[in-house]
Formats: sequence, C-alpha cells, structure tokens
Amino acid sequence: MKEIAKLLVVLTGVCVVAGLILSFVNEATTDARAYQDRLEMLNALNMVLPEHDNEPDKDIMDVSGVSYYVSRVKGSINGIAFITSTEKGYGGLIKIIVGVKPCGEIIGIGILQQKETPGLGAKIEGARFRDQYKGKTLAGVKWSVKKDGGDFDQISGATISPRAVTAAVKDGLEKFSVNKAKILGGTDVNQ
Amino acid sequence: MSISKEFIKGIWKENPIFVLVLGMCPTLAVTTNVENGIGMGLAATFVLLCSNIVVSLVRSIVPDRVRIPTYIVIIASFVTVVDLVMSGYFRELHHSLGLFIPLIVVNCIILGRAEAFASKNSVFLSIFDALGMGAGFTFALVLLGSIRELFGNGTILGYPIFGGGYEPVLVMILPPGAFLTLGLLTGLFSVFEKRKR
Repeated sequence: MKEIAKLLVVLTGVCVVAGLILSFVNEATTDARAYQDRLEMLNALNMVLPEHDNEPDKDIMDVSGVSYYVSRVKGSINGIAFITSTEKGYGGLIKIIVGVKPCGEIIGIGILQQKETPGLGAKIEGARFRDQYKGKTLAGVKWSVKKDGGDFDQISGATISPRAVTAAVKDGLEKFSVNKAKILGGTDVNQ
Repeated sequence: MSISKEFIKGIWKENPIFVLVLGMCPTLAVTTNVENGIGMGLAATFVLLCSNIVVSLVRSIVPDRVRIPTYIVIIASFVTVVDLVMSGYFRELHHSLGLFIPLIVVNCIILGRAEAFASKNSVFLSIFDALGMGAGFTFALVLLGSIRELFGNGTILGYPIFGGGYEPVLVMILPPGAFLTLGLLTGLFSVFEKRKR
C-alpha cells in the first residue's frame, strides 16, 4: 500500500507542476501568438487587396457561412477578399485567398496553405501561376485548366494542383456573386 | 569521467543519427533544407537539455515503476513550451516544421538519453550529454539538409550556389532523397569508424 501511495504522490506532483508551468507559458505567449496570427492575416489580405485605408481584417461581413473581408478607401468599398478551399489537391487541403473588385473581377489570389509536391504542384504558390487569375471574372472565362478545355495553364508535371485551385476559385466566385448584394447592400459602390 | 568526453561522444562516436540511428522520423521528414535542419536541431536540443536536467534532478525521488510516465510528462511539457514560444515568435519556422515540433515528444533520442544517461548520472554530466547529443543531432540534420537543399534546389540557406542554368534534382527534396542521403552518410560514417580501429 505504501508503495502505491508513493507512486500516486510522485506522479500527481509531477503533473501538477507541469500543468502550472504550461499554463504560465501559455498565458505569457498569448499576446505574441495573437499578434502573429493577425500579421499573417494582414499579409495575406495585403497580397490581394493592395489599396485600402481601413483594417480589412477587422472589417468582416459573414454571409451564408463565408467571411468577407472588406477593403475600403475613404469609407467606400473598393474590394472584398474571401477564403476558399479545396480538398482535391495532390496533398489534400489547399486554402486560397481571393481578392475581387465589387464588380466581381479578380484583383489577385494568394495560396494560404498547401501540401503539394515541392518543385511541381507547389508552383501554384508562384506569381507566374497566380497572376493568370488577375482580371478574370466568373462570366466569359472557361473555369478549368487547358487540358480540360479551359482557360488556365496547368503546370507541367502537375495538373491536379492547378485543377483544384481553379475549381476552388470558381466556387468562391460563385458564392460571392450570390452573396454580393448582401455584402454591398446599402453602401455606395466605388466602381 | 571527463566533461569533454561526454560532449564529444554525441557528435561523433555515438552520433544519434549516424551511429545510434535514433529519431529517424524528424530526420527524414524535415531535412528538405538547411534552415529546417537548424530549427529542428535547436528545438530538440533545447528539449533534450531541459529534460536531461530535470530527469537527473528528480532521479532519486521518482520510483522506478513510474519513471517512464514521469519522463514523458517532463518531455511533453518542454515540447509544449517550445511549440508555444515558436508559434509566438518564429512563425515561419513553426509553419515549416509543422507537426514535427509536437512529435519531438516521441523522439527516441530524448527519452533514450533520459533513460540511458540522465537517470543514472549527475546533473552536471547530464547537461554535457544533452549538449553533445543535441549538437550531434543538429550537425546530422544540417548535413542532410545541406546536401538535399544544394542538389534538390541549387541553394544553401536560400542563396543560389550553382549558376542559373542548374536544373535541380527534384528527387533530393522528395522523400526518396531523404533515404538516399541518410543511407550514404550512415555508410560513410561507419567506413570512417572502421578505418580508425
């Protein structure tokens, strides 16, 4: 009995001390982590919403389950960013941020998260691939890669990743066009 | 018992990667470039150092029957500290090392040194054992990372080494490259060791 009591005391003691230390470290790094989170979000937003004088990461409208980050100049909306994702990448999840003008034309896209093959599918992160989405709209563009008869270049050796990105961007644009009225409703459109 | 002996053995004679062949999972997975190798090496060294110190300090009060759970709690706590601090101050590195930071908990090198060394030796010697093993681990990761980044991407720490015409050998930064490089280096290491004897 005595031995079991000792085991209990030691293990409990170790866990209590560990718990205390961890809660202290967690508390001490909370601000730094929140700051890094915000910095990441701001960097991503700046990539696709170049012109704004507000704080788009705090100017958020949630419409039917999607968060829309609103970019404004002197109060009027000049761009909206949203995050769209797909599970159909070669390495699974790809998260993409898309910035559009109020009329629906793409300002730019950025890849937030991907696990594609380095040197092949991962080239979707490069400006050369991303820039082909600039200026595109939902209407009048064939939203698939050239191999499937669409308007977007695939990457040699990797068709799956561009295909997934193109489909995800299209999906995001479709949702945006449905929700557009609600997002822009009531405010004067700078377009 | 000399301090320098405990330190040097980790780098060469008992190198955790090339000789003890421990901690293979992070070794193979994160060494796609030099920076990851340095980051992983230092993170693991920090955890190893802290856990060796604490394990050595508590070695007389922890009963044998619960020593392994105790070590795991100690190691897991330090790993969580590293994870939180890195996430708050070194976000880029935190992203590229990803899941492998929490997985330091199950890195055999750390539990291995707690069990094989720190639980039997003084705090002082355990510190040097940890530093030596950590240095050996970091050295191995940086060596692997350098070779793979150089041939797989044409760069070292992001700086181009070969001229613009260099076509990267992609396989080197893919998983097979990790096995090939590790196999060749481990082979070289044992050739050197045999020569010396």
